[in-house]
Amino acid sequence: MSVVVRTIARIIVPMILAFGGYVIMHGHLTPGGGFQGGAVVASAVALIVVVFGAERLKRRKTLLSLLEDLGAIAFIALAFLGIGVTFFRNVLAGGGGLFGVPVPPGPNPGFLDTGGTLPLMNWAVGLKVIAGLGSVVVLFGLFGGKDDR
Amino acid sequence: MRWLKVGALLVVVGFLLGAAAWMHPFGLPWASDMDDYFIANAQGEAAANNVVTSVVFDYRGFDTLGEATVLLCAVVGVALMLRRITR
Repeated sequence: MSVVVRTIARIIVPMILAFGGYVIMHGHLTPGGGFQGGAVVASAVALIVVVFGAERLKRRKTLLSLLEDLGAIAFIALAFLGIGVTFFRNVLAGGGGLFGVPVPPGPNPGFLDTGGTLPLMNWAVGLKVIAGLGSVVVLFGLFGGKDDR
Repeated sequence: MRWLKVGALLVVVGFLLGAAAWMHPFGLPWASDMDDYFIANAQGEAAANNVVTSVVFDYRGFDTLGEATVLLCAVVGVALMLRRITR
């Protein structure tokens, strides 16, 4: 791509990453969550593939695979935390520990330190979606040999 | 045969028109026990103000697990389809 597109992409990609991280991190407070924020981050990966070419991200495939495994293992482990009562029991909710502050019912005051296992599961699913959609984009970008950007 | 087709078409159109005419009003569920329970208790039980997230990740966690599995299968399918074949 031309130098204009490359410069704009260098400015915009960190903004997209920050917005995706925000959507994942505030999944238990605002609309959005792991799937949506992960899709936002994957769109940044798509922008990088379009502008700079997929060859630049080829060496990151190990990192993407690692993120996918980490997300899946964290999700299952968080679900197994509540196996004493039921699978997917929210054991951290309201317990006073990590993310354990009880919320007042009614309108949303926006306390980040609430939700029990929900924020952690949001991050697990977000990592899975980032790695999954990102590797799909990179694989499609690598397909066909020489890229004609 | 032609009249059979026309009759079948008329039956289907009549069924659809009747269904549209006697449709249940939108936004009025037949049984709202589950919705009322979520609205009343989700903020206290899951300790999150976003009830949708507590339904997705807490009450219906199995559904999210299935969605993650579907995503994994899609990625594996793409990786299989687009792999480099050396012979």
